[in-house]
Amino acid sequence: MNTFFVSLLPVLLGLVLAPLLLGVIHRTKAVFAGRHGSPLLQAYSDLAKLLRKGAVYSRTTTWVFRAAPVIGLASVVSVMVLLPITGNSAPLSFVGDLIVFIYVLGLMRFFTVVAALDTGSSFEGMGASREVHFSALAEPAIVVGLVALASATGFLSLSGIFSAMSPTTWVVAGPALALVLAALFIVFLAENSRIPIDDPNTHLELTMIHEVMILDYSGPDLALVLYAAALKLWVLGALIVNVALSPLGLNGIRGVGLFVAGMLVLAVIVGCVESMMARSSFLKVPRLLVTAIALSGIAFMLIVRFTA
Amino acid sequence: MNFLVASLCMFFAGGLACLATTGRPHLTRWVGSSVALIGGALALVPTCMVLGGRVLTGLHLHWSMPFGSIALDMDALSAVFSTPILIIVMLAAVYGTEYLRPFEGKKNLAQSWFFYNLLAGSMLLVVVARNGMLFLLAWEIMSLASFFLVTFENEEESVREAGWIYLVATHIGTAFLLVLFVLLGRDNSTLDFSSFAASPGFAGIAFLLALVGFGTKAGFMPMHVWLPEAHPAAPSHVSAVMSGVMIKTGIYGLVRILTFLGSPPPWWGWLLVSVGAISGILGVLFALAQHDLKRLLAYHSVENMGIITMGLGIGLLGMSYQSPVVAFLGFAGSFLHVMNHALFKSLLFLSAGSVIHGSGTRDIDHMGGLLKRMPVTGLVFLLGSVAICGLPPLNGFVSEFMIYLGSLTSVAGNMRLPIAGIVAALVVAGSLALIGGLAVACFTKAFGIMFLGEARSTHAAHVHESGLAMRLPMAVLAAACIIIGVSGPFWMQLLGPAIAVATGVATDTQIYPTFAAHALWMMTLLAVAGIGLVGLLTFVRSRLLSARSVTREPTWDCGYASSTPRMQYTASSFAEPVTRMFNVFLRTRRRFSAPTTYFPTSSSFSTETRDLFHESLFRPAFTMTHRFLSRIHWLQHGRLNLYILSMIAALLVLLVWKLG
Repeated sequence: MNTFFVSLLPVLLGLVLAPLLLGVIHRTKAVFAGRHGSPLLQAYSDLAKLLRKGAVYSRTTTWVFRAAPVIGLASVVSVMVLLPITGNSAPLSFVGDLIVFIYVLGLMRFFTVVAALDTGSSFEGMGASREVHFSALAEPAIVVGLVALASATGFLSLSGIFSAMSPTTWVVAGPALALVLAALFIVFLAENSRIPIDDPNTHLELTMIHEVMILDYSGPDLALVLYAAALKLWVLGALIVNVALSPLGLNGIRGVGLFVAGMLVLAVIVGCVESMMARSSFLKVPRLLVTAIALSGIAFMLIVRFTA
Repeated sequence: MNFLVASLCMFFAGGLACLATTGRPHLTRWVGSSVALIGGALALVPTCMVLGGRVLTGLHLHWSMPFGSIALDMDALSAVFSTPILIIVMLAAVYGTEYLRPFEGKKNLAQSWFFYNLLAGSMLLVVVARNGMLFLLAWEIMSLASFFLVTFENEEESVREAGWIYLVATHIGTAFLLVLFVLLGRDNSTLDFSSFAASPGFAGIAFLLALVGFGTKAGFMPMHVWLPEAHPAAPSHVSAVMSGVMIKTGIYGLVRILTFLGSPPPWWGWLLVSVGAISGILGVLFALAQHDLKRLLAYHSVENMGIITMGLGIGLLGMSYQSPVVAFLGFAGSFLHVMNHALFKSLLFLSAGSVIHGSGTRDIDHMGGLLKRMPVTGLVFLLGSVAICGLPPLNGFVSEFMIYLGSLTSVAGNMRLPIAGIVAALVVAGSLALIGGLAVACFTKAFGIMFLGEARSTHAAHVHESGLAMRLPMAVLAAACIIIGVSGPFWMQLLGPAIAVATGVATDTQIYPTFAAHALWMMTLLAVAGIGLVGLLTFVRSRLLSARSVTREPTWDCGYASSTPRMQYTASSFAEPVTRMFNVFLRTRRRFSAPTTYFPTSSSFSTETRDLFHESLFRPAFTMTHRFLSRIHWLQHGRLNLYILSMIAALLVLLVWKLG
């Protein structure tokens, strides 16, 4: 039982550190723009402030609108239990947990989308429409990418896959793993609504996906939504960092330390991408996502052909 | 077995009793529904016994029909398919008592209930028949009974057309089955299943015949064209039965025939995976482009049959490559999805019926805001939507997860298949992921546009919730979706004997993948923890908000204060990005008259997505057949004496040929 609680520590780490990633991204963008930028811990103060406020609901909305943030946060916290951290197994690990991981995040998306439609606003309808379009394409990319990793390592659970990935795996299947990494990065940007797929900063222009869907939330509900979004950034980022750090073959406390450093570096990279690129046209986004599917598919072919 | 025979008699004789009540609608309602309930309950007894592990002795009686015999048996495979049939038939009958009430006095409901019970009895007979002749007879009664149910509102042109398409499609399918049974039984003097065995050279042909013949009923692309026509035309409780369970008899037939064909070569598995992937992906895409609620649901049946077929494909590949674990998982996922789809698709059709009952329209774009006026229908439609999208913690996910597991174990680990199997497994995983994503798009559209937001028309503004007889069956189905969703391991265990029948191994030598059971237990744990977390968070939020100001204002529309319900996103606009991307398949027709002058008076826009295969495969093919056959149309002159003359001539020729 004791080891179970120890293994819960990474979950707590994610719950505590996730909003920090937002601060790091903002700070990176500020540095690029030559600004001071908001404090690194700004996201925490925002959450604390929102939790202290009352709420305003639209007259059009129903209980679905109020259920969505709760279900979203519960979903993303549930998948954190499946998430291994560099060389350390997750608290809960079973064959096929990678599918559960993706589908539980799908449940979160389902409710975010119907909640957006619940407001009856055409603006939020647009965001919802784009969200389902892009995520329908992101889903095969991440499934095929993870199946490729399973094929490369011979394990069928997230913990199994990431603990079996070693320097040798990279020697044998390096190019394929790099392709998976690229595909996962595209999916990561798309699912978290970052540039070049979506611009998280423009609240009032017709260019958005996630920000526009949550436009009618306020107070504690908005806090739940923002926190869940930060956690989603954390869990999808963790997949990338786990793959990227696997050649070092670390585990234990050193693995955890390096993992946190890796997540911060990932946040810096996202900040750099957001500073150097413009949001691409919505008509072009599907091409990017189809590219991700292709990358995953090619990686899978390489692995099956050359390492079987 | 006595219960089974009693149940069949109940359905057929009771159906006739319904006819006797013509003209007394109140009595018809009672007799019709209680026959279905009693018949269903009687047959559930042997079904549950078999599922519980008992082995029943079959019935075999002589029958004067050539090659025929009255051979009935209920094995685990039959039980797995008859359970959903009976449950849905019973629930839909309860629902039908209220749904058909507005038609009382206007239509002949006795006839409708007669065909309903006939359909129920014939579906049961299809899964328990053990003789080719009896099977085909039951199959034909099933097709005809459902044809008459589909054409219930036959005063409408579109309904008659839908009925004809269905009648033609189902008979083309039956034609293939006739050849198949003759081929399987040609070495014997009887068509008893127990004597069936395909000679090695014919196994492949038999498989293809079964795939086309049963696939027409099951709705595999491109033989699915009757589904989107017939399901919307039928009354909703009949759509629920047809879409939820009748099309599954196609899957049953295919699996049953496979048990006679011996060990499958890999290309069978590959073919099923391909057919499944195409049906699944195109099914959901066409669903996404529909505005008609019941057409949308019908296309989703095509999609789900695709998922079931992919599971069967994985199962066959497992058999071909001697991997019992892969075979188990493929069949388990497939069979459980048969049950799950029966539950959530019937649920969705029943709640769609409730919406149509209340609003009088099937057009999604005319609805909106229904959840406030129909709380129960809305809640169960939401549950059904989550289930059909294959999202945890509901039942759709459990079966899809098993198919995923089958595909994952084929790809990696110590049980991996040869390379051809691996590629097929990847096709399955990738297609399931795409289908899942698109299904979310489709059902957020259906639920969000219909039940949420503001009413888009007077239809939607004046809806009313349905009565208890309609709400109760829906609530039962929704509860079943939740229960199966959190009790996955139990169902996998239950399916074991049926899988043993399908894969042709003895029950005691069957390999039961414990890792899958472990995974399902963990999922149950996660689901319960997640639901607990939802409760906790809801509690915390209500505590936080308890002493604060909570106000209700209009939806924020960027400072534009007078937005109207007409400005909401519609189902068509919601789906447009996806449908445009896949327009190469969908070929949506747009009719657009743009506003012209400086003070435009009118403009309009409408889209219509017809079926690709209907338009560019079957319509040209039937037109060509018609053109060809019209050349011999002079033979059809209507003079009876000449017809008799030509018959005598034909008989003479045959006699000479046989004797000479």
